[in-house]
Amino acid sequence: MDLNNKKATRQSYGEALVELGKVNDKVVVLDADLAGATKTNMFSKEFPDRFFDMGIAEQDMIATAAGFATCGKIPFASTFAVFATGRVYDQIRNSICYPNLNVKIGATHAGITVGEDGATHQMLEDINLMRGLPNMTVISPADDAESRWAVNEAAKIEGPVYIRFGRASTPAIYDENTKFEFGKAIMHGDGEDATVFATGIMVAEALKAQMALKEEGINIRVVDFHTIKPIDEEMIVKCAKETKKLISIEEHSVIGGLGSAISEVLCEKYPAKLVRMGMKDCFGKSGPAGELLKYYGLTEKEIAEEVRK
Amino acid sequence: MVDLEDLKLKAKNIRRNIVEMVYSAASGHPGGSLSIADVMTALYFTEVNVDVNNPKDENRDRVVLSKGHCSPALYSSLAEKGFIPKEDLVTFRKTASYLQGHPDMKKIPGVDMTSGSLGQGLSVANGMALAGKMDNKSYRVYAILGDGEIQEGQVWEAAMTSSHYKLDNLCVIVDNNNLQIDGSVEDVMSPYPIDKKFESFGFNVIVIDGHNFTEIMDAFKVARETKGKPTAIIAKTTKGKGVSFMENKAGWHGKAPNEEEFKIAMEDLK
Repeated sequence: MDLNNKKATRQSYGEALVELGKVNDKVVVLDADLAGATKTNMFSKEFPDRFFDMGIAEQDMIATAAGFATCGKIPFASTFAVFATGRVYDQIRNSICYPNLNVKIGATHAGITVGEDGATHQMLEDINLMRGLPNMTVISPADDAESRWAVNEAAKIEGPVYIRFGRASTPAIYDENTKFEFGKAIMHGDGEDATVFATGIMVAEALKAQMALKEEGINIRVVDFHTIKPIDEEMIVKCAKETKKLISIEEHSVIGGLGSAISEVLCEKYPAKLVRMGMKDCFGKSGPAGELLKYYGLTEKEIAEEVRK
Repeated sequence: MVDLEDLKLKAKNIRRNIVEMVYSAASGHPGGSLSIADVMTALYFTEVNVDVNNPKDENRDRVVLSKGHCSPALYSSLAEKGFIPKEDLVTFRKTASYLQGHPDMKKIPGVDMTSGSLGQGLSVANGMALAGKMDNKSYRVYAILGDGEIQEGQVWEAAMTSSHYKLDNLCVIVDNNNLQIDGSVEDVMSPYPIDKKFESFGFNVIVIDGHNFTEIMDAFKVARETKGKPTAIIAKTTKGKGVSFMENKAGWHGKAPNEEEFKIAMEDLK
């Protein structure tokens, strides 16, 4: 992990869309008046004929994307995660997932690191909503390289894909040579004292905790779940067998997200205790992103404390 | 030259099949299916370019039945056209059948879009029309909406899009039968004036008698010839048209006839 090399995953999304657009002329991009923030404006500059600003009309955007998909296009529809899921849940359910249409939803500004905008814009239930939909794939990348992979992988998948990006900068964990595999979580280290299952920007926090704990002689492993649906069951069971303690952490509600997905697998395949870290069934609040992570206990410090308990 | 008598016969067959489907299923939506039956007949037999042997032809015209609950009208039209075996129609809404309660593009040949949750079809049709323009294809897209359905806010988001992107390859048809589940549309939540609303959103608007084939076909022609803007055809119709006891009765929006009523209906549609 390179703590000095930081980038927001929404920036990676914008860049990856441009690269994808160069090699795949079926890709079209839709946005709902947030192209500057979601970074789809990079695509619009490069491919103005394949970019559609739908105005502040998310429901229309999502169903229009469905129409594009019926004609063989690969639409990426983008807005903030709160509008890209909750506001348009019915459109995603009935016009995309039920007919299994090839629409990609690139949602940015997920989680509390939206910061100062506060609770109305901090989406904490999107993984829950999207994970419950039949035919939907859910990807939640942790850094720049993984985000780029996620965009390309989404285009290869025939069917709906939800990709979750963040607003705040996060350290580079991987490099351009990393081989990511769809549906396969990535294990960092093989410590047996604890496993920290993480997704999104929490992977970096967990890796920082891993380093700090190592100095105390506590060896943990961190598992990056870039793919949340389908979930890597094998990895969950392996870690449950090999480590003394299981913790999950996500910048999302503890209800319905990564922790829930892991719990479901543990219940059925290998019953074990799991501590779910995340937003404790509450809304966020305004504040700088870094302070909010501390306020809600979503940093390396709280992870390390939980491991030591 | 279109044979009007032949169209009338086809419309009658479609109406008979609508009633039979709903009767066999003991559920479904006859009122709005019967009101749109003449428009659907004209659409499938005089207007759209579709190929029964190649239902997914990328150059075909597209039809989006946004008021998806009127699937009996769509399925009967598709059966009359030859996309679906007519004998399958009576399996409508049954567990073993592919004929779902609401249109399902993955299961039913000739269905261009899955629908059922109201207010989404015009957006989807816009996407199809935009894709057609991007690829320089000459196909046209038809979106059929209910007059109650246009109470959905998304319809107006989509109407802005149709007009903003100058989708002259798009034709909206509003089945203005004046009734919805809870009563007349003006009592429940008035969408009127529908023509002025679409006009102000930038549409070329044509108001017609939705049971007059000549007017329907003329409107389609004007829509085809109108460049630079989308067209909305407001079809004034009678809910339950053709079945004496169903006409202009909100109660027949989503109710199946019993055996006695079924006999009367089939007698009406002789």
